[in-house]
Amino acid sequence: MYPRQFEYVAPSGLDEALALLDDNPGAKVLAGGMSLLPLMKMRLLSPELVVDIGRIGGLGDITDNGDTISIGALVRHAEVASSSLIQAQGAALAAAASWTGDRQVRNRGTCCGSMAHADVAADQPVAALALGATMVAASSSGVREIAAADFFVDVMTSALAPNEILTEVRIPKAGAGAGSAYDKLGRRGGHSDYAVAGAAASVTRSNGSVSAASVAVTGVGVRPVLAGAVAEALVGSDGSDAAVEAAAAHAVAGVEVLEDLYGSVEYKIHLAKVFTARAVKAALAAAG
Amino acid sequence: MSSTSVLGGVVRRREDPALIRGGGLYTDDVKLAGTAHAAFVRSPYAHARVVSVDTSAAEAMEGVAAVYTAADVEHLGPLIAQAPVGALRPLLNNGTVKHVGEAVAMVMAEDPYLARDAADAVEVDYDPLPAVVDLKESLGGAMKVHDDMDSNTLVTWAGPFGADEDALAELRAGIDAAKSRDDTVVVSQEMINQRLIPVPIEPRSVLADYQAGYGRFDIYSSTQIPSALAGAIGRYFGMALNQVTVKAMEVGGGFGCKLNVYNDEVLTAYASKQLGRPVKWTETRREAANSTIQGRGWVATATMTGTNDGEILGFELEGIADMGAYSQNFTVAIPFLGLFVGSGQYRFPTYWKMDCVTTHTMTTDAYRGAGRPEAAYYLERIIDMYSREIGMDPTEVRRRNYIPASDFPAAVSPMGFAMDTGDYEANLDAALESAGWSGLLAERDAARAEGRCVGVGIATYVEVCGFGPAPLVDLGFSWAEYQMPSAFNGSGLVRIHPDGSATVSIGTGPSGQGHQTTWAQIVGDGLGMDVERIRVIHGDTEEAPPSIGSFGSRSAAVDGSACYEATRKVQAKAARIAAHLLEASEEDIEFGDGGARVAGTDSSVSWEEIAKTAYQPHLLPEGMEGGLEAHAIFSPGNATWPFGTHIAVVEVDPDTGNVQILRYIGMDDCGNVISPMIVDGQIHGGIAQGIGQALFEDAVYDGDGNLLAGSLMDYILPTAADLPFFELDRTVTPTDINPLGVKGIGEAGTIGAAQTVVNAVVDALESLGVTHIDMPLRPRRVWQAIQDART
Ligand SMILES: Cc1cc2nc3c(=O)[nH]c(=O)nc-3n(C[C@H](O)[C@H](O)[C@H](O)COP(=O)(O)OP(=O)(O)OC[C@H]3O[C@@H](n4cnc5c(N)ncnc54)[C@H](O)[C@@H]3O)c2cc1C
Repeated sequence: MYPRQFEYVAPSGLDEALALLDDNPGAKVLAGGMSLLPLMKMRLLSPELVVDIGRIGGLGDITDNGDTISIGALVRHAEVASSSLIQAQGAALAAAASWTGDRQVRNRGTCCGSMAHADVAADQPVAALALGATMVAASSSGVREIAAADFFVDVMTSALAPNEILTEVRIPKAGAGAGSAYDKLGRRGGHSDYAVAGAAASVTRSNGSVSAASVAVTGVGVRPVLAGAVAEALVGSDGSDAAVEAAAAHAVAGVEVLEDLYGSVEYKIHLAKVFTARAVKAALAAAG
Repeated sequence: MSSTSVLGGVVRRREDPALIRGGGLYTDDVKLAGTAHAAFVRSPYAHARVVSVDTSAAEAMEGVAAVYTAADVEHLGPLIAQAPVGALRPLLNNGTVKHVGEAVAMVMAEDPYLARDAADAVEVDYDPLPAVVDLKESLGGAMKVHDDMDSNTLVTWAGPFGADEDALAELRAGIDAAKSRDDTVVVSQEMINQRLIPVPIEPRSVLADYQAGYGRFDIYSSTQIPSALAGAIGRYFGMALNQVTVKAMEVGGGFGCKLNVYNDEVLTAYASKQLGRPVKWTETRREAANSTIQGRGWVATATMTGTNDGEILGFELEGIADMGAYSQNFTVAIPFLGLFVGSGQYRFPTYWKMDCVTTHTMTTDAYRGAGRPEAAYYLERIIDMYSREIGMDPTEVRRRNYIPASDFPAAVSPMGFAMDTGDYEANLDAALESAGWSGLLAERDAARAEGRCVGVGIATYVEVCGFGPAPLVDLGFSWAEYQMPSAFNGSGLVRIHPDGSATVSIGTGPSGQGHQTTWAQIVGDGLGMDVERIRVIHGDTEEAPPSIGSFGSRSAAVDGSACYEATRKVQAKAARIAAHLLEASEEDIEFGDGGARVAGTDSSVSWEEIAKTAYQPHLLPEGMEGGLEAHAIFSPGNATWPFGTHIAVVEVDPDTGNVQILRYIGMDDCGNVISPMIVDGQIHGGIAQGIGQALFEDAVYDGDGNLLAGSLMDYILPTAADLPFFELDRTVTPTDINPLGVKGIGEAGTIGAAQTVVNAVVDALESLGVTHIDMPLRPRRVWQAIQDART
């Protein structure tokens, strides 16, 4: 598989990279390359310029900001998965990263790249949604913050402008009585490979009932989406299995579910409910 | 004569350090100065009339050496096939293309990137036509795949072998009579044995170097059949066999898909000859799905008739096998290999009929197991359904119906074939013992009591392999089309160098099977020589005697036996030389510790001294010729018939349909074992591919003939992480048809595995009312089957 000819630059500074994107409207950012390079090799995408951000300093850290955690543009899936900070404070994202692809992919692919790529069946975007993450995008005209809920727009389309670089994904830390979880059925079965369907949940318990909830599903439609109706049904409930299952029935409310090689519409709807219930139960268990 | 035997000892694969460290040389690693790189323009349609092919833009591009269309190569004729039944593949097709991926034009350029750009610049105008993809539709014949053929059915294989129509009718009447008895049950099930894509880790690759000054070809190719490729090239270009050298360097997996001479190999050679420079083509993973043969693709109904107490009175299999668009090397012969083992290890009357039909899809041919996994699948699934129907333990039903050990050697199967050796009951018992069968069932039942869906599956198989028998030629399997001697003989050449080291040259070559180790062991054992002193040269038609190649689990049984015999010849001569040097009697000479010794004495001579002497005729015994090497051709009297029992324990998540294999136990019997680690490795890989078919892989086409799972994103291959630990053991029933007592083991795992897993999954879902699920048992299918059973 041979891509068309392209130019390649690996700037050492963010400003330089942003200037290149301004000057070359068809340019593409290269992070881990796990998704971009196959698209280029299959000639589904043929950018004239590839801007490799891999040599830009300061983008490779997971940072504890007090109330939030920043995941830089060069942080790999494997680092997200093994970070004790993220495991404790954003367990859904750590789990999603640990079940992304195979070991080689996890050692190269980036969390931010996964967000930017916005695959319909990806793992980490749905966790970012449920956790209420913020996407930090830089361009030559400045930095803007985009709520995860506004970030995933369509099939492989994010809210990033072509001249923007996603410099960080920022997740809020789980507060007292809060917990999150992710669960899915992978295309190879179990947790292996892209999600046939999956769900992430973040919940807070107080005084014996669910005081806050955020749930999102992946693999079912054209993009990962918040399942608002599930959250609504959960909040105020006692968080019992029965309550969770009743809430999970709304997993795909308002979503246009699409069939693919891995599932019929009926099956995907069913799975979305199953994994919504499983993720919520696990999140509640983690919340204590 | 040998005193220390390395046969059967655990020897590490000597080839692995080079292969693992990237030190192995594969075809694509060969770089010749001035090489042009080829790329193909391929049809995006399964069936279309090519209205026009405009190559002008591609030809005008800088760095493009040539663009060929069908007109350039028509004079060469179509691609040859061993069994030329059906339509043969045009080298390039500008008429009516018959499958997605069919080659329409070929581009040569300075590098593979430019070649791809230029191929994309060739403008082809197609007039799409409706495609025949469904096997039943093809058989129905409402639309023909090839207008000039009478029917879409290329051949119908019916058996038992050799039975005429009257005999078949009588057989069926007997089974029908059994059906109407009131102490019998009849179970019947239509099942799909889906198409698979072979996917060796090294894609196919060919580099042709025509040397105009010498009028000869060097062809490097990732092939399992270098001798046949040399013969084919000679035939296309009117050259003698000694003018064509084929080198199959390291071959990174083949599984049968490199057991073909392909149009791209012929075309690359043609281009090299035309352009006067080397031309290389390496298949991309994407195009491989549609330019390399696929395997399986059967739909058939299995019917089993037996008494309520487990005596099987008849097995019938009737179905359709997908040949794809064109017949290549073995294509229509593959289902026949299924017929060979149609009755498995059993003695009940078996009626077997497969219609081989053509479709607008890529050609099918040999894929690991080739016809035998399919046959075993239907038989072992239906026997399980029958066991369930009569409520008898599936192991007991099998036991009752086996060909008894007392019938061997030379039992004749109900399909009409003589089998070498077998003891099926002992093998089954060993497997049950190894697995702790009753314990497994108890654990399963305990898990079920907790509400878990756990299942235990068993399947037994017999394989026919080690192809070499001269009588096979009478069945119409012949390599004559490839300028090969028709027989499936094995050959080996053993040469002792003046320093006492040895080279063994074999015409067969490994694609992962460890020939470097196994052959060194065979020769080293015979000569009492350390394997480090033995070099194995394979896959080079200039260095090695002609041989048919590595496939059908034949290398050790056939070529290995030839090497054994060549070794014996060398040994006999060396014994005479040693006796002469040691002034002893030839009968007292034994080999070991790097030389020869007079038995029971300290008197010895090293291989180096023997060899030095051998190359100086004046030092040799009176009348002896100089030199120390021998060539042997081995022609076995029969194929070998290995067998085994596999057991799987699985758990199904009924909410998602997810299947997890908890345990996998294999008890295989391939006769004597030369290298246990290699045999286990072969079984491991074989089981992995069988599980791949059972759970993951599916070369699914849509109704228009588009391959939906054409990339490794969607064509799901099992990885090590997806597979359980394999608990392997073996029984040893040596064959009597070759001097090593070995049977083939390359395909056995694949032949045993798929039905073992499916039987286990169906067992797990028994209480939910599921009786069958077609492979692959992806969660989607399993869940759907549960839903369907509930309603
Ligand atoms: C074999 C395999 C299996 C996989 N399995 C899974 C799986 O199970 N689950 C899953 O979710 N994913 C899976 N993936 C995808 C993988 O997670 C990718 O790594 C990820 O989608 C993209 O990350 P990357 O860093 O490799 O991005 P790249 O491939 O470098 O880029 C992908 C896209 O995002 C853009 N981009 C990347 N980084 C930025 C940035 N910082 N700012 C702006 N744009 C950016 C690029 O321009 C490009 O368009 C798999 C990939 C492979 C090859």
